[in-house]
Amino acid sequence: MFKFTEEQLMIRDMVREFTTNEIEPRDRDMDENGFDRTLIPKLVEAGLIAIHLPEQYGGGDGDTVTSEIVINEIAKGSASVALFLDAHWLAADMILHHGTEEQKAKYLPQVAEGKIFAFGLTESNAGSDAGAIKSVAEKQADGSYILNGGKAWITNSGVADYYLIMAKTDPEAGNKGISVFVVPKEAEGLTVGKFEKKMGMRGTGTCELSFDNIKIPAEDRVGPEGRGFMIAMQALDGARISIGAIASGLMQHAMEKAVKYAKERTTFGKPIYKNQAVGFKFADMAAKIRATDLMIWDTCQMKDEGQRISVEAAELKLLSSRWACEVTDDCIQIHGGNGYSREFDVERFYRDAKLLEIGEGTSEILRMVISGAVIGR
Amino acid sequence: MKILVFIKQVPDTDDVKLDPKTGNIMREGVASKLNPLDANAVEAAVQLKEKYGATVHAVSMGPPQAEDALKKALALGCDEAYLLSDRAFGGADTLATAYTLSLAARKIGDYDLLLFGRHAIDGDTAQTGPATAAFLGIPQITLASSIDVQDGYVICDRVLEASSQKVRARLPAAVAVTQEINTPRYPKPINIMKALKKPRYVWNAEDLGADTSRTGIPGSPSSTKELLEPPKRNADTKYFSGSAEEIAAQIADMLHDEHLI
Ligand SMILES: Cc1cc2nc3c(=O)[nH]c(=O)nc-3n(C[C@H](O)[C@H](O)[C@H](O)COP(=O)(O)OP(=O)(O)OC[C@H]3O[C@@H](n4cnc5c(N)ncnc54)[C@H](O)[C@@H]3O)c2cc1C
Repeated sequence: MFKFTEEQLMIRDMVREFTTNEIEPRDRDMDENGFDRTLIPKLVEAGLIAIHLPEQYGGGDGDTVTSEIVINEIAKGSASVALFLDAHWLAADMILHHGTEEQKAKYLPQVAEGKIFAFGLTESNAGSDAGAIKSVAEKQADGSYILNGGKAWITNSGVADYYLIMAKTDPEAGNKGISVFVVPKEAEGLTVGKFEKKMGMRGTGTCELSFDNIKIPAEDRVGPEGRGFMIAMQALDGARISIGAIASGLMQHAMEKAVKYAKERTTFGKPIYKNQAVGFKFADMAAKIRATDLMIWDTCQMKDEGQRISVEAAELKLLSSRWACEVTDDCIQIHGGNGYSREFDVERFYRDAKLLEIGEGTSEILRMVISGAVIGR
Repeated sequence: MKILVFIKQVPDTDDVKLDPKTGNIMREGVASKLNPLDANAVEAAVQLKEKYGATVHAVSMGPPQAEDALKKALALGCDEAYLLSDRAFGGADTLATAYTLSLAARKIGDYDLLLFGRHAIDGDTAQTGPATAAFLGIPQITLASSIDVQDGYVICDRVLEASSQKVRARLPAAVAVTQEINTPRYPKPINIMKALKKPRYVWNAEDLGADTSRTGIPGSPSSTKELLEPPKRNADTKYFSGSAEEIAAQIADMLHDEHLI
């Protein structure tokens, strides 16, 4: 098994305690009523909101392994809160890796202080085909930009203080014509739409955004003009590890509940787990969880060593998101009719799990990435 | 200001098992944690440090595994940790423990304030803090539900059953805190990473210059004769429904049927 350092194990215990006390008790309510903002100051105080950023910006100086321990443990209490953090980090990462010193000094401390960030790539007519986005940032004579268009499905919208928006600066140039901009929530011309009525991950806010002649100063473009697609894809590689960590957390949480239920529930005079048809489900679940975990920590370690992880992160997300759907499905089945009720939580995990096969690259897109690498090898 | 805070590692379970042969608490295979009341003492120390500036020294007597509680204390903001560990300290009652802790306090020296949790959730005697203060000949405040330091005094609220008191004691003094005094913070991951680089010392009987007839089992006039598992409570939950009056009537009937009223 992967060897965690003593610090990492202590951090895992700390996040576990935090999740048990502060996060898990809120998850069912957030499923009904949306993200609970009172969690933000708690995540700040516990030093978790920006654990992956360098200490000079108020971050927690955590490596990838440590950061994904945080996501994984939080997901055991709430997949939504883990996804909220994942999106916050995904957006901030673009500034960390591609921002100027001034941008880092201005924005990164805010990431750590609890200002929330969102990542805006998808549009209603362009998801998998991100190069086909229609939002346009037109350069003005003074070097500033005027942004028009809109986005769809943006996690943390309504909650976020800053949106990192991908828009075309050269509409003719396809993927090479995209640039990244920071848009504050107060920006004139920004409209945040209604919360989507989602199947799962309902503890996160997801909305459409629309841009009506938003003026963006030149210093709020992140990275060189035309490099936005590459910057976004690189950030997504890292975030796909987080999706794996969420899948693992969800599977463990669901299995824990199902094991407990299978011991308590008796039919035909014995606890249901004594039926091999039920017991064997746990065997498959345990194997899927362990395989996911091995892939998570291996990919984290590769990232910490500075290796490229596009393929490995895609493989992790592809398998773990499917398994999360299967495991949570099995856990509902083990709960019988109760599994279909909101009272027993596992149906929520199933709804949450399905997003993992769609967001941050659908399984089909991941297969394109992986098979492309295999054929090219 | 120099604050010493005394902490203990306790079993992390509500379901303490006894070894049927020895009658002792089974510690093997049971996870352990920082005694919750001691977490309040650590938090009080760290808050005073943040308010006035101080060095906070965490002290624990116990087996080598008690290091874990000390590491947590360091992650919570203590500056240095001292583990008092020696076979000669094993099996100590509160008197022998207090003797040993007082030697450590003397060896660390120059202390202004000693902080204890009101009691440990395993032994539950609430005697170690007061006895340590007695060995050192310093004033003590027990049941402190607040703490502040001003002009060479420690000032505390003591919440008693029928009244509350505001008391002060001249420093150096010892204070045993209650759960009400604060809500312990979570150790930030970054502080966990830094904690393991802070100084940690292990002292044995010789280091402390301890008279081993006064430590451990030889130094303990009291010993536990027999430990019994708490009776398992069989909670039998009954649900009533109806209007408030109907429910009240049903409860009254049930209490009557059970011969409780
Ligand atoms: C809850 C939630 C949160 C989200 N958060 C964010 C966010 O924070 N920021 C953001 O930018 N986006 C976000 N998204 C959007 C998400 O990334 C997209 O939905 C996803 O990338 C798929 O794009 P699409 O919905 O346009 O589907 P489409 O691209 O239209 O795909 C439809 C189907 O066709 C398949 N398909 C498409 N092209 C191919 C192909 N070439 N070969 C084979 N199959 C193909 C897809 O796999 C899919 O099954 C979120 C989505 C959801 C549901």
